[in-house]
Amino acid sequence: MRSLQDRLPAESATENTGALKILVAEDSAADRLILQSMLQRSGHEVVLAEDGESAITAFSECHPDLVFLDVIMPNVNGIEAARRIKSLAGDELVPVIFLTSLADAESLATCLDAGGDDFLSKPYNQIVLDSKIKAFSRMREMHRTVAHQKDQIALHNKHLIQEQNVAKQVFDKIAHAGALKLDIIRYYMSALAVFNGDVLLAEVSPRGSLFVVLGDFTGHGLPAAIGSMPLAATFYGMVGKGFSLADILREINQKLYQTLPVGLFCCATCVDINFKKNRISVWNGGLPDNILYRHKTRTYERVKSSHLPLGVLSNRDFKADTQVLHLEPGDHFLMWSDGIQEARNRAGVMFGEDNINAVLDSSLDASAVYAQILKNVQEHIGSTEKDDDISLVDITFPEDDSKVQGLVPKSGMRNGYLEDWELTLTLVASSLKTFNPLSLLIHVISEVPGLRQNSSVLYTVLSELFNNALEHGVLGLESSIKSSPTGFAEYYRLRKEGLEALTEAFVRFEFRHEVRENGGMLTITVVDSGKGFVPQDLPLTGDPQKLPASAQYYGRGLTLVASICDSLQILPPGNRVRVQFSWNYEE
Amino acid sequence: MAISSSLSPDSKTLTIQVEGRFDASSLDEFRKCYEDVSGGVPERYNVDLKNAVYLDSSALGMLLVLRDYAGGENAQITISNCSPEVKKIFSISSFEQLFTIQ
Repeated sequence: MRSLQDRLPAESATENTGALKILVAEDSAADRLILQSMLQRSGHEVVLAEDGESAITAFSECHPDLVFLDVIMPNVNGIEAARRIKSLAGDELVPVIFLTSLADAESLATCLDAGGDDFLSKPYNQIVLDSKIKAFSRMREMHRTVAHQKDQIALHNKHLIQEQNVAKQVFDKIAHAGALKLDIIRYYMSALAVFNGDVLLAEVSPRGSLFVVLGDFTGHGLPAAIGSMPLAATFYGMVGKGFSLADILREINQKLYQTLPVGLFCCATCVDINFKKNRISVWNGGLPDNILYRHKTRTYERVKSSHLPLGVLSNRDFKADTQVLHLEPGDHFLMWSDGIQEARNRAGVMFGEDNINAVLDSSLDASAVYAQILKNVQEHIGSTEKDDDISLVDITFPEDDSKVQGLVPKSGMRNGYLEDWELTLTLVASSLKTFNPLSLLIHVISEVPGLRQNSSVLYTVLSELFNNALEHGVLGLESSIKSSPTGFAEYYRLRKEGLEALTEAFVRFEFRHEVRENGGMLTITVVDSGKGFVPQDLPLTGDPQKLPASAQYYGRGLTLVASICDSLQILPPGNRVRVQFSWNYEE
Repeated sequence: MAISSSLSPDSKTLTIQVEGRFDASSLDEFRKCYEDVSGGVPERYNVDLKNAVYLDSSALGMLLVLRDYAGGENAQITISNCSPEVKKIFSISSFEQLFTIQ
């Protein structure tokens, strides 16, 4: 298939191998020298500055192609210098790369905010340095070509729009209207807003909550649109299956983090409106303040962004905690992308925060706020400018939620939602030798919304039950072999030998999951072909009791399982272990 | 499954990083990490579980074997970057009395 890029002017795709003029602003003489010699080795011309102020002067005088800025410098720090350089550069693309030993996400975000295009971490690496310069050089070249070949661009733009229309049709199939057709949701987005990187999705969960997400991808065009595909697919899939807001956010974040290139991410607000409990849970990562406008008092509360955007942090560092607000009938929840503040009139003046606040502070009826903001923005922009960057959403908390409940998927239509189910997996000798079933089983279990968040502890449970069945049941190994460091290694050597010699044996997993009033119960039974064995002194109650601090290398497995699960039973003749694990919907 | 280790510049701390699953399948790799240290004898050990996803009781056993190797009662071992789930498993086994859990 031909990609869009194949049809761009050939010049823009040509790699620019020429030498660049590069400004290096760095207060440490040693670092400056290292970077200078690395750049010169690659054939570039280097202009040096030792603080922020001289960097700005040098920039005006020498017009470099590329700028490296240390973040922390005397006389105007790197962040401020970047801001000034970017403003001096005007329309010309002069990539600013921060030199940093800072690692925390917040500092990096500040650098990005200031107009930085990338980071280079100390210590410098020649290969990374060269490829970054090459990448930015290519970007500059493309920028210049685009500027000089407007005619060709116009032609290609026509193609692009045609192709966007096709892509939009694809996107519409994934991001179907969902619950956006509900009359409690009003929104304004241009027809092709998805290609400006804005995306709005709404869906009602099986439990009757309304989930809405407004996302704003960095960047424009196809890269941004491409990001909205996994976002939409994940959102609809998981809301429909009844996953919690936290699980959905984690999954979306993980998907975007893995697929999007560095620098492309999604500022978003995600809300879960619970009509039974009259409350809204809000997660805001990087969007302008969301507003909860009160019907009774005509006052408002702000929900500030308290997270990094989606796709920035790995899931290890990602936080899915929400702000929860109580709702009363007639209250309105408003959110918008920064396109509202940044909407410019013909003179280039932004609509700005103050204009929004003026509307919010004018004690309008709650239902009139949305229309007033929209009207003021559109009047500000006037008719000549394109207004396709604006996304504004208003959700009313209704007196009567019957329309929302009408959209609750009927249980038969819940696509792939695992409720009551049973699964048996039997591994015979040939499989036991080569196959570790734990990942497969965890994968199945994670399809149950309430079990996904417990997948880590359930892995431990399955691992213990499996090893118990395999090592003690099938192979007949004694734990006590592990009573010395050499014995510990010996045990696992014997396990390997035993597996290799295995001819007739099996381990069988039997899963049974039942939905309960406010959650569910998973029963796991593991049966093995061994003759059965009951460990001594095993606390078989479900009480989460602690093991004594012991430096003994073995004997924890089943006790760990017993403390994680509600119950653990060893059934006669001892080759059958059954555990029960219950879960509840997150409150 | 990948385990790697690195010695601090002063050769006093050996950091062992565990990625993915931490269980008996990584037994040899884990042991080699602290037995085959070149460039000094570490006084302290740091087992970094930042990128470990799952662990089971065989991992607990392996940590205790490391503890014996590192001097038993006198061993200085920190287990760092534990997720809440992993902390729970250490807590059930009272591991905080034998290791510094962070």
